[in-house]
Amino acid sequence: MGASQTRTEHKYQDLADKTGFSLEQIENLHKRFQQLSNNEETINREHLDSIPSLANNPIRKQIIEAFFDKRNQHQDEVGSCEEIGFEQFLMVMSHFRPPSLKTTEEEKEAMRKEKLRFLFNMHDTDNDGTITLVEYRKVVEELLSKSGDIGQEAAKAIADAAMLEVASTNVPHMDPDDFYEGITFEHFEQILKGLEMETRMYIRFLDVETPTLRCGKSTS
Amino acid sequence: MAELRLARRSSFLPLTGLMCVLLLVFVSVASASRDVVSENNETWRGPAGETRGDSHNQTNSTAHKKAFPVLSFNYEHVRKPFEISLWILLALLMKLGFHIIPGVQNIVPESCLLIGVGLLVGGIIKAIGEEAPVLDTKLFFLYLLPPIILDAGYFLPIRPFTENMGTILVFAVVGTLWNTFFIGGMIYGVCRIEGGQLASVDPLSCLLFGTIVSAVDPVAVLAVFEEIHINELLHILVFGESLLNDAVTVVLYHLFEEFTHAGTVTVVDAILGVVCFFVVSLGGILVGAIYGILGAFTSRFTSHTRVIEPLFVFLYSYMAYLSAEVFHLSGIMSLIACGVVMRPYVEANVSHKSYTTIKYFLKMWSSVSETLIFIFLGVSTVAGPHAWNWTFVIVTVVLCLVSRVLGVIGLTYIINKFRIVKLTKKDQFIVAYGGLRGAIAFSLGFLLTNSEMKNMFLTAIITVIFFTVIVQGMTIRPLVDLLAVKKKKESKRSINEEIHTQFLDHLLTGIEDICGHYGHHHWKDKLNRFNKAYVKKWLIAGERSTEPQLISFYNKMEMKQAMMLVESGSTAQLPTIVSSVSMQNIKPRGPARQRAIPSISKSREQEIRKILRANLQKTRQRLRSYSRHDLMIDPFEDNVSEVRFRRQRVEMERRMSHYLTVPANRQETPPVRKVCFESEHKVYTYDDSKSPRGWTAEPDPSPPDAVSLLNESSQRANQSSEHRAKHNDELRAKVPDEKEEQDQLKLSRCLSDPGPNKEEDLS
Repeated sequence: MGASQTRTEHKYQDLADKTGFSLEQIENLHKRFQQLSNNEETINREHLDSIPSLANNPIRKQIIEAFFDKRNQHQDEVGSCEEIGFEQFLMVMSHFRPPSLKTTEEEKEAMRKEKLRFLFNMHDTDNDGTITLVEYRKVVEELLSKSGDIGQEAAKAIADAAMLEVASTNVPHMDPDDFYEGITFEHFEQILKGLEMETRMYIRFLDVETPTLRCGKSTS
Repeated sequence: MAELRLARRSSFLPLTGLMCVLLLVFVSVASASRDVVSENNETWRGPAGETRGDSHNQTNSTAHKKAFPVLSFNYEHVRKPFEISLWILLALLMKLGFHIIPGVQNIVPESCLLIGVGLLVGGIIKAIGEEAPVLDTKLFFLYLLPPIILDAGYFLPIRPFTENMGTILVFAVVGTLWNTFFIGGMIYGVCRIEGGQLASVDPLSCLLFGTIVSAVDPVAVLAVFEEIHINELLHILVFGESLLNDAVTVVLYHLFEEFTHAGTVTVVDAILGVVCFFVVSLGGILVGAIYGILGAFTSRFTSHTRVIEPLFVFLYSYMAYLSAEVFHLSGIMSLIACGVVMRPYVEANVSHKSYTTIKYFLKMWSSVSETLIFIFLGVSTVAGPHAWNWTFVIVTVVLCLVSRVLGVIGLTYIINKFRIVKLTKKDQFIVAYGGLRGAIAFSLGFLLTNSEMKNMFLTAIITVIFFTVIVQGMTIRPLVDLLAVKKKKESKRSINEEIHTQFLDHLLTGIEDICGHYGHHHWKDKLNRFNKAYVKKWLIAGERSTEPQLISFYNKMEMKQAMMLVESGSTAQLPTIVSSVSMQNIKPRGPARQRAIPSISKSREQEIRKILRANLQKTRQRLRSYSRHDLMIDPFEDNVSEVRFRRQRVEMERRMSHYLTVPANRQETPPVRKVCFESEHKVYTYDDSKSPRGWTAEPDPSPPDAVSLLNESSQRANQSSEHRAKHNDELRAKVPDEKEEQDQLKLSRCLSDPGPNKEEDLS
């Protein structure tokens, strides 16, 4: 009993160092992981699909896909997996950690880059390093997917205008014959500079022991 | 250098002269208005003498018939509105003066200057021996304060406000309570120790005094913070606190006042006080919300009577304020709640002009109110009865500062445990330093029942107000620069940021759902869905009720661009970045390209087009009226205005190229006089070769065509491109419809090729 305890603690400590979560947070997330996966070792897309409150989310598919995207594992691999283990789950979740009082300016910059990279990977579905107009259109269409016909008509226009804005900001002078291939990561960083991602893209991870997690999932 | 000084002095002198004249006129009229009060024995000049002469006239007329008075003088019956108008006019002229005199506004905030002017005017009035008007409490609370609060509430940035609601509430409620008891208690202690004149001060009066002097004032905060442009978080923290502490102040004030009369305090009373606090604040919010929903509902039906739309907004809000005041609920919170609730629905319903009207009227009224408040503050200071007590005043000022600093530090320590984005030491300093007191404290002090302590209290309150507004107000700007506090982000919201803000909202809600706990985003999402499903259907007219936020943002942005374009006119104020990128550059190349340009909903586009055309029409008509010729345009005379007009239209169409695609109906466009001419640089000759078509009374070429061609030419914001674009424009005159767009593109490409040489020529 004692040995397994230290082993899990040791494993958690490992994960804590890698992802930056505290031990309690990892406990809670592990409990949630087991709830989602029906106490198995890995979860796959169906497990996440069956969370009831996600059903209303317009970008549900992209979110789920992001969990299975190898690019978010920080291991320089590409492609996507079919199922992920707890460690991969944690790695993806670690993108949503907030900065603390102690984070220095460089760390904040690195954090911002990491979060923007996550967003970029969500948009760049074919993994060619740029967000093309087609991909961007898809993003806006998905965002407006719950809004019926009005959404679909305007989605194209909005995506085009947005793309134009990116191009104008980053490459002000283009000849009529030039073609703007797509939004690269640098351009992406540039246009979202004002949003200060490190202070916006975070959720609150529970620190304390929670007896039961309220938002359950339907048993499949 | 010397010339600069000379220039400044030369503009300074007439201005001061003007102000002196105005002051004299005002003072003499004010003195005339006192003639009912004072005795007639003094010798007066001007209007006063006239009034006496008038009474003579009256008596004479009864004696014998006199000739019909061609010109008579009757000041009495316009006296009140005349005085009020003159006061307001004087205040505004002062405000104008400060902005004209260069350099002043960088050192001293406007509020200080206005107080100074008030002191000056008050001093003059007193020197003459008249009774100066005092800041009447009723006047202040019923007429001067509501516009400022409504302006603040209506334009309250909701997102940062709700995100920091917890922090703001803690500062407002707990912070004010702490301030009150600390100051009240310490003052009492000091009075006890000091003895003498202060010995008669009892604890309840001290607590009452503490209440009045500890509340952060929204008017002062707005006045000072508006000029220093600090980042949104700090601004909303201090400002939100100043708004929300009104409930606490109201409750405590009434509570202590009751107790002072009653004499004894029991536990039951204390508990009732707490209950009262909740009733006051929540009741105020409820009243405001009810009126807000009523206002939103009314605005749904105003599509046929656009002219009175703004009035509904103002009246419902004012009624909310007054209704809350009837029940002694917090009028300020009611007003804020009304504005916040009403705004999204009203903005979706009213026309663009009404929206502009609402915005400008609110800004105007709040500006006037603020100016008047500060001037009156100055005047009342000079006028009011004072009882100066060194100890009391100094101790009060010191205690205010100390308690504020301690309160902020202590509360931040607790708050930071719950906040994700913590407040740094710099933030804490600004929050503490920005706790300014203002006219509300003064008016509340005025409401105190008369006692010998009242004057002492008033003096102390005025000193605190002066200290915070003048000293802290003046020094906060250099301190902000010194500490390198983050300033407000100046850039406008772009469509990319909006898309990603929405994206982030959904993403974070999704992640929270996967994590399994109901967080901030989950509830926000639920509220939004509730709003969309039920509330919007009731409160927003027509199809706008189902419009998603991203689309409304996009449409609003387009509208703004169109407006800006039209208003900026022809002079070199090009609104946004000039870039040569066009749709051409980002569209994927491929055979399946139908349209070169994106589309938006037709009705929107028609609206934008109508606006553009209306403005163009006006310009055109003006030109037409000046032109002596009808068909033949004399190139030497009308060229300049035509060139300007052309350039304006070309620029406009270039900008709108991003958005407009629907070709205008042929019938709608006014006939265009085709003018062919060279660029300004060259001599105005009519070049036949360049314009084979000559005069045509043809309707406007459909903008997409013109636009696609304008996009072809490399766009630089100088005359050469416009020159070439004009040529292209003319050459395109005959383009019929979109099917030939592709051909036209090719054609224009060929035709625009000689461009570059010309550019080198002209640049």
